[in-house]
Amino acid sequence: MLPRRFELHRPTTMAEALNLLAGFGDEAAPYAGGTELLVALKARVLHYGHIVDLKRVPGLRGVREMADGGLAIGALSTHHELADDALIRARLPAYAELSGNVANIRVRVAGTLGGNLCFAEPHADPATLLCALGAQLRLAGPTGERVLPMREFVLGEFTTAREEGELLLCIEVPARPAGERAAYRAFGHLERPAAGVAVAAVPEGRGWSWCIWVGAVSGRPVRLEEVEAAARGLSGGEAVQAIEHKAALAAASLEVHDDIHGSADYKRHLVSVLARRAAEACLR
Amino acid sequence: MNEHPVIEIALKLNGEAASASVEPRELLIDVLRNRFGLTGTKRSCDVEVCGACTVLVDGLPVSSCTTLAADADGHEVLTIEGLSKDGELDPVQRAFVEHGAMQCGYCTPGMVLAVKSLLAVEPHPSEETVRHYLRGNICRCTGYVKIIEAVMDLARRKEK
Repeated sequence: MLPRRFELHRPTTMAEALNLLAGFGDEAAPYAGGTELLVALKARVLHYGHIVDLKRVPGLRGVREMADGGLAIGALSTHHELADDALIRARLPAYAELSGNVANIRVRVAGTLGGNLCFAEPHADPATLLCALGAQLRLAGPTGERVLPMREFVLGEFTTAREEGELLLCIEVPARPAGERAAYRAFGHLERPAAGVAVAAVPEGRGWSWCIWVGAVSGRPVRLEEVEAAARGLSGGEAVQAIEHKAALAAASLEVHDDIHGSADYKRHLVSVLARRAAEACLR
Repeated sequence: MNEHPVIEIALKLNGEAASASVEPRELLIDVLRNRFGLTGTKRSCDVEVCGACTVLVDGLPVSSCTTLAADADGHEVLTIEGLSKDGELDPVQRAFVEHGAMQCGYCTPGMVLAVKSLLAVEPHPSEETVRHYLRGNICRCTGYVKIIEAVMDLARRKEK
């Protein structure tokens, strides 16, 4: 189906893009890959009189190393570009793997990481792992730039802390702790994940210190701190067992709903299984 | 006064310069099929899941059902009609014919173009890679076995 009529703006500078968004207010939507926005416009669940295409604004694509050794990922980098990016593959192999598994090749070629995060469809992969990696988001607005943690960015289904008129510039992933291993595991019978679990493990004493986030089952990614605490310092096999067991208990108290991706019970079960698989992948 | 002015696009379509005046909301699939008569590009799911509408933009597969025609401006678009050269089928098309890798044929243009884009960057993919790459191209006849056989045969035959 055709979207309702809109005017397409194609700014070539960031200042021009911000001016357009400020001028049109809630009648305008930023537009990048369109893999979420165009689907919603076609289904006519969303309508904007003005679409502001960001693809001609320079400096929003690609990955660069920051002064502290972390990586800054341009918001308009596509999933396909990130899956293949040499820096991402070398420094954040778990993210490269995730990016290469988003939806299908056509969505990866068109869809951008920034668009994915800003649309905040809960049944998506990137936000969950970026939370576990302690990523920060750099936003530009009419009054300047600000940085906020990924963990505070997604507020709920299709809702983020991005203010009207703000644009996401880049996703900053800090330099990784020595010896860190990370993995993301997701499952769904549709293209989108029914559940996804991100695990990062850093060597500590004779065991590991864990960071565990679950996504897609709730409106926003959730940290499983009690699972992390239970597995902390345990040896590999014991830690994996503790994670599977405690993740099942933690999943029982998550707010999960029956939907097209599966029943609440089924998705809670997936959380425990995927937590174990991600933990095992870290230790492999 | 027109509130939503048309956008002039200039692209390379199947190797030749092409241009069109499009509405901002117009979709690439409609411009290809209705303006240029390239009806090999099929609409099916209309939500980027099935792959029937696959065309290559700058060599990479996109869902033309969910791509603005305006975004083709300045780019190279390849549809199934542009694949054969001088009346000769492309090797990917030939492999699909030789292996009977089609039943109703509706998914075939998208399938062939997706394979074309994969082999362009990875001439000798593993079967696992082929299956992963084609995950987003759905054959409603479920004729996947022969499609995979065609691609794997092609990958081996391309060995020089």
